[in-house]
Amino acid sequence: MPNEPIIRIEDLHFTYPGDSKETLRGIDLEIAAGSFVAVLGHNGSGKSTLAKLLNAILLPTSGHVYVAGVDTADEERLLEVRGTVGLVFQNPDNQIVANVVEDDVAFAPENLGVESSEIRRRVDDALKTVGMYEYRQHAPHLLSGGQKQRVAIAGALAMQPRVLVLDEPTAMLDPVGRREVISTVTSLCRERGMTVVLITHHMSECVNADRLIALSDGRVIADGTPREVFSQIELLRREGLTAPATVRLLQTLREAGYDVPLTALTVDECADAVAGLLAAGAGRA
Amino acid sequence: MDTVIRTENLTHVYSRGTPFEKTAISGISVEIHAGELVAVIGHTGSGKSTFMQHLNGLLRPDGGTVYVDGEDIFATKEATRDVRFKVGLVFQYPEYQLFEETVYKDISFGPKNMKLSEAEIDERVREAAHFTGVGEELFERSPLELSGGQKRRVAIAGVMAMRPRVLILDEPTAGLDPAGCAGILQNITDYRRETGSTVLLVTHSMDDAAKIAGRLIVFHEGSVAMDGTPEEVFSRQQELIGMGLDVPQSAAIADALRARGVKLPKSIYTLDSLREAVLGLAEGVPQC
Repeated sequence: MPNEPIIRIEDLHFTYPGDSKETLRGIDLEIAAGSFVAVLGHNGSGKSTLAKLLNAILLPTSGHVYVAGVDTADEERLLEVRGTVGLVFQNPDNQIVANVVEDDVAFAPENLGVESSEIRRRVDDALKTVGMYEYRQHAPHLLSGGQKQRVAIAGALAMQPRVLVLDEPTAMLDPVGRREVISTVTSLCRERGMTVVLITHHMSECVNADRLIALSDGRVIADGTPREVFSQIELLRREGLTAPATVRLLQTLREAGYDVPLTALTVDECADAVAGLLAAGAGRA
Repeated sequence: MDTVIRTENLTHVYSRGTPFEKTAISGISVEIHAGELVAVIGHTGSGKSTFMQHLNGLLRPDGGTVYVDGEDIFATKEATRDVRFKVGLVFQYPEYQLFEETVYKDISFGPKNMKLSEAEIDERVREAAHFTGVGEELFERSPLELSGGQKRRVAIAGVMAMRPRVLILDEPTAGLDPAGCAGILQNITDYRRETGSTVLLVTHSMDDAAKIAGRLIVFHEGSVAMDGTPEEVFSRQQELIGMGLDVPQSAAIADALRARGVKLPKSIYTLDSLREAVLGLAEGVPQC
């Protein structure tokens, strides 16, 4: 994986106009090109604000956000920033504008005056990438939530961004839709080398990320691999975040004095660790 | 137990006679008893929301009958009107339906339509606000100024204020963070305990269902695929996954442990019960 940071955030502070309290209170981060980064935080932690700062929908109150080396506050290069970072929001119904799937995906490049044969190529490519090509002539309102959200992702992809920022893209979806969207963004990163910043409050969606950043009250409180972050169970608890049930079960055993690792994050790893422990004693059938 | 709601062979077809004709539910016969807290589960398109909308007369069945308190709710116009007060329905994202100038007016809208006295309305508004954790200092604020979680609570309070015998909530925790979800579920549990009302919770979150419901009804392709206690339903994990549903993570861990030869009873599906069982089994294992 290339290590050159595609996003660099320096001492970022942000206050909404008219607010007395800072929403973001000093954030320094570098995000490596091609990485899959999950940002976890509860409501009001500042995570959605951070998403909007990444493609210049909001500008820093102080500090800087650099996208592929360009300062997002540089008005003359706004289109460049927006072209580099594509944003997908929570509610697919608010992001879909056209009556036909392929028209919707073509909307942004059309507005930028991209040549029509190029638009055709991009739209087909984007729809194939998210697995919605066979639905290209369908009406978006008849699609499922997961399908609509994949169309919204295709719309962002048609702009050929290098970074895809998704702000709670699964919050309004059922388990099937959630799986569709997460597997789509995972393969965008793994197979296409897209940098993915996934903002979520679902622990389960963070497990496969390369890196997990936990935000609380406008600050980064933990930053590392999902295993490293979730094993800081006390810190997460203090900040009102919860670790997955796997880690919490292992923590209970550790508190009772048993030697199990807190890094067994998946169901199978956790079951292996617990079954291994029980096999060492009399509890095994 | 008293039966509050009974459906008999309920069937509903959307867009009948058009190329989009779709049977949303067919042959649904269930009984809901007074004071039960039932989770109705199914993925998008399983028919669960269509089913619920029949229970307070919003949708008219294409076949079959809905009885509330033993009365066919479509028998007369009066019965159909009365059922709206007996069975309160909180829609998905109910905060989009707030429209009054103040929080107080919004919560009192339902009771006002019931032509109650001012004093009675006031009592109900305060009671509903209490159940949903809406502070009285918010009463004169515009609902539009509130946070997403607060708006949702106000919208739920508006339905609770009608003191329905049955409260139906369609995805009440959708889009909320874990703290917001836990708060709303606690509100619902308290409301039911204190009022003795019957509550139906429509959800696709198995974790929510595992936390508060005593009975789960699983919809799949327009029919009832499972109906039982959480332990009965969660013991059929592979079938649930096949229907596009999740199982609570604790139930999945318990299942993975059983597959590794660990003897765990079927009743384990929450983190607390799993912790207790594993600690029990670990007794005698050397500690470090």
